[in-house]
Amino acid sequence: MTAIESPRSPQRRSRGRTNTEMYAWLFMRVSGVLLVVLVLGHLFIMNILDGGVQRINFGFVAGRWASPFWQLWDLLMLWLAMLHGTNGLRTIINDYTRRDATRLWLKMALYTASALVITLGTLVIFTFDPNIN
Amino acid sequence: MSSSTTSPRSSGNIGRARLGGTLYRGREGMWSWVAHRITGVLTFFFLFAHVLDTALVRVSPDSYDKVIDTYKNPFVNVLELGLVGAVLYHALNGLRIIAIDFWSRGPKLQRQMLWIIVAVWVVVMVPGAFFMLKHSFEVMFGGK
Repeated sequence: MTAIESPRSPQRRSRGRTNTEMYAWLFMRVSGVLLVVLVLGHLFIMNILDGGVQRINFGFVAGRWASPFWQLWDLLMLWLAMLHGTNGLRTIINDYTRRDATRLWLKMALYTASALVITLGTLVIFTFDPNIN
Repeated sequence: MSSSTTSPRSSGNIGRARLGGTLYRGREGMWSWVAHRITGVLTFFFLFAHVLDTALVRVSPDSYDKVIDTYKNPFVNVLELGLVGAVLYHALNGLRIIAIDFWSRGPKLQRQMLWIIVAVWVVVMVPGAFFMLKHSFEVMFGGK
């Protein structure tokens, strides 16, 4: 039987231990604050401001991405939201999976899908061509 | 530690009212956490679809416009309102979590802060729903 340490025993730090989880925790808060501005701003402009979703079409996107400001906005939002969401789902997978193999495969699927979407989104922002066709 | 700890509920003299301020499980603290997870997962799955539909601008203006037209359908419009509501809750509750973590009085005021963000959510969503659904109403019930 393994003995459980008393709650107030001094913390033991095993060698080679890293602070990855602390940085992940901190990233959720820092990216969260930025996303509040980026995403709520995006939702307000796209869904509420003059006409909302009804006015969105290819020309509307072309007009916005003509400006480096909105390109940067969307790029930052894409990366932060994807990383924030991926880390959130990683936490949920860690919480609810019981078998090591299930946990591993779910996370592999998550990381693969996230990497693909981040890459695709980034390429779309940088290679956008308003004169396509 | 072999003796079983007596649960607060079994000692009859502590009433429900007193437990209200101390219990986390099954109360505001837990339910706000459950809602945070559900709204987060929902938003993340939508984000996948949304990056893919936007990527159609690299295919052709026509294919992009065609898919974006589904967002303008009144039924999908209601789903969008749900998404906005989910994101807004997640954003406000996220700020509440940051306050709990970094503000010295945060943990003590977590319940009050939850009711504050619920109030803010309602105040933002009422005009938000009006502007988001306005066009759909006009399409469905005449006017336009």
